[in-house]
Amino acid sequence: MSINYSERIPNNVNLASNRTLQRALEHWQPAFQDWWKEMGPENSTALEVYLRTAISVAPDGWAHYDHVRMPDYRWGIFLAPPEAGRKVNFGAHKGDPAWQEVPGEYRSTLRRIIVTQGDTEPASVEQQRHLGLTCPSLYDMRNIFQVNVEEGRHLWAMVYLLHAYFGRDGREEAEALLERRSGDSDNPRILTAFNEKTPDWLSFFMFTFITDRDGKFQLAALAESGFDPLSRTCRFMLTEEAHHLFVGESGVSRIIQRTCDAMNRHKTDDPAKLRALGVIDLPTIQKYLNFHFSVTSDLYGNEVSSNAASFYTNGLKGRYEEAKLADDHVLDTSEYPVMEVVDENIVTRQVPALTALNERLRDDWVKDVAAGVTRWNKVPEKAGVPFRFVLPHKGFNRRIGAFAEHHVSPQGQILSEAAWTHQHKQWLPVEEDHQFVHSLMGRVIEPGKFANWIAPPARGINNQPVNFEYVRFS
Amino acid sequence: MPDIAHSSHMKMNAPTELVRQHLIDPEICIRCNTCEETCPRNAITHDSRNYVVKFEVCENCKACISPCPTGAIDSYRRVDKSLPYPIEEQLTWDTLPQESEPDPDQTPEIPDEVARITEIATAGQGGPALPPWSAAHPYVGLFTLARPATATISGNHRLTAEGASSAIHHIVLDFGQTAFPVLEGQSLGIIPPGLDEQGTPHHVRLYSVASPRNGERPGYNNVALTIKRVLVDHDGNPVRGVCSNYICDLKKGDKVQVLGPYGTSFLMPNHPGSSIMMICTGTGAAPMRAMTERRRRRIALKEGGQLALFFGARAPEELPYFGPLMKLPEDFIDTNLAFSRVPGEPKRYVQDVIRQRADKVISMLRDENCYIYICGLKGMEAGVNEAFADVCRDHGMDWNTVLGELKQASRYHVETY
Repeated sequence: MSINYSERIPNNVNLASNRTLQRALEHWQPAFQDWWKEMGPENSTALEVYLRTAISVAPDGWAHYDHVRMPDYRWGIFLAPPEAGRKVNFGAHKGDPAWQEVPGEYRSTLRRIIVTQGDTEPASVEQQRHLGLTCPSLYDMRNIFQVNVEEGRHLWAMVYLLHAYFGRDGREEAEALLERRSGDSDNPRILTAFNEKTPDWLSFFMFTFITDRDGKFQLAALAESGFDPLSRTCRFMLTEEAHHLFVGESGVSRIIQRTCDAMNRHKTDDPAKLRALGVIDLPTIQKYLNFHFSVTSDLYGNEVSSNAASFYTNGLKGRYEEAKLADDHVLDTSEYPVMEVVDENIVTRQVPALTALNERLRDDWVKDVAAGVTRWNKVPEKAGVPFRFVLPHKGFNRRIGAFAEHHVSPQGQILSEAAWTHQHKQWLPVEEDHQFVHSLMGRVIEPGKFANWIAPPARGINNQPVNFEYVRFS
Repeated sequence: MPDIAHSSHMKMNAPTELVRQHLIDPEICIRCNTCEETCPRNAITHDSRNYVVKFEVCENCKACISPCPTGAIDSYRRVDKSLPYPIEEQLTWDTLPQESEPDPDQTPEIPDEVARITEIATAGQGGPALPPWSAAHPYVGLFTLARPATATISGNHRLTAEGASSAIHHIVLDFGQTAFPVLEGQSLGIIPPGLDEQGTPHHVRLYSVASPRNGERPGYNNVALTIKRVLVDHDGNPVRGVCSNYICDLKKGDKVQVLGPYGTSFLMPNHPGSSIMMICTGTGAAPMRAMTERRRRRIALKEGGQLALFFGARAPEELPYFGPLMKLPEDFIDTNLAFSRVPGEPKRYVQDVIRQRADKVISMLRDENCYIYICGLKGMEAGVNEAFADVCRDHGMDWNTVLGELKQASRYHVETY
């Protein structure tokens, strides 16, 4: 099959004149199309979706809007423009020119980092593939599809790096990215959170708000990398990731709004009454928040990690906003506080900062999530509803790290097995909660109409009205 | 008391210059940092609460607009140029401040000349009239002879074919950060620089805007004009129109002094289900293009109502916007063209097509939600009047009675020159 490269695959990596890359993509692109058909959004092939396509990295090429069928979406390959004289900004190679080729000694580590990041992209598309069938509006349907095609583009971005810089190994890894399946017991996705189900839209919004925010912090840390092509790729991806965070944050916010409106209209905070009115009671939303926050927290790994230390020292993965931090960027003398459990008590101890980089990135992420939760809380505050959302303790419901062997309440108390068993149903969604939320999921596709459990957004996409025909059914 | 006298004195003699201040809506923003990262001028900054734009640094280059995932970045407030919202204040916001309206006590300054031109132009509707009840509130006289706005030419191209008997230009004015709110059907005034033969400054000329209220390009602070290069006078004698030639010769990047906006009557209805009948010749198409484009941008809203256009020109190649007009779907606009100089074909004028479409015209005259707009050369008025009279007579109606009712209901608007 022949491809008109510059037209079909918008890029700024000079694809039209790179034969090696073309050959690799000629093989991979059809496999990607097959994967999209099999695992992409269900029953969506014929839909014309008002999507944003990046056609160049310039500000005006960034967001090109049009109604397109998703299989025809132009997945492109974009790197942020090169920064002249860019250096490795941290670790043992600090001050060296940034690497334009993969340093031999870090080849397998870098490949692993890229594959792990790349694996999350198709995984989330797979997790979300049924949700178009229960969209609460055309606006939301368009948004989830935008998220999906951009996750697809992020996969392309990682595959580009594998193809362009990792030779045969890279090509094999690129194929494997299309072979693993979210939730498949024989060939699962690499990270646990990406094998969980995203069964309903509240989960989807929580996922994009919380788990895609992990993506933001991972990408931001990789954007600091001394391996320049990785850095530039991730910088461009961050701009798209922002849209996913928006979908999640505004989605949950609109659900809260709708519930608060119902609480005021019917003068009740009784979850049973609110559920009968067809809105999601705020305590249930809090439970979903607890679940997604704790599961995503695990993605950062162990609090103390020698892997993270060597990634840093070797200049492969920096800290969040590394270049803006004022310290020595080597971290061989400083310390960082981490929590652990000693004699059934949670204590904080100082460890070498270099070994605590996972924890530091997690803390940066927690701060960012907390700021978003504060913005959610403005909704009940404005509505005069006394309820406020709170993030659970970092040790709550963890499977990885210092708290993995312990039960911790959302308030941060160590609990006995019995106490946890008795109480955890107040904190995490149970089958009955899932069933209730699931019962609300019905498809609304009339332009400008919204499902009963969610408020319309404050404004439409790309200055279009809220009742714009964001998706056309032909 | 002296203080009050002082402040009112200030207001009269130092009228505020309104500008559009670029802001970020804190209720919609998700604090993703994309705008700050994108801004080539480093005009955007943040604290733990808000992202904000430095008024004195932002050059309104719009590089931040399309990467913003939320649309929060696309927010503006009209402010007094000397009193923009400082970032210290923006950082404390939970919501954007209310849009402030211009001071209602301040009567707009309408130059005598503008009033005179308006009087002549609207004579056909019996002088000043009320706009449709659902028209948007127009701003009038924000910029005056003493304090004109400065716009930059961001586009100038000839619409009519090179061989056509007249050169009609499509001009795009960019107002940068200056707020120049203008509605479809309104006009703006342009003063050519320099002095005339008598050594006095040139008169102001009025031009209808050809773009809808949200800009020639949606969301941009720009306005389009449709300008015919005047080379002969009404009687066919050679005369070089000072202002039209000045404008048609302007290059991209040139600055131009603008007054206005003007016009409180020739405004389109905005209510769902309202219809518009447009009758025009030549550059009289400008306000019709603006209204049509306003409706076209809102097609998806399915607000209902019909558009009917009766448009006369010598030949297709002399009809401004002929190409784009022909691309508009039939179910969106009922387009009726009349050409008076097509070789081998009988001369047809707008009044001829009005008669030809009598049924359509009658149903629109009878529809109380249909508003009628006539714009073009003075000479067209008589013919159009007769055609309406004929069509009415054939349907057992008296045009003079109908016209009275139309005017009474602010459904009949004329601007001819």
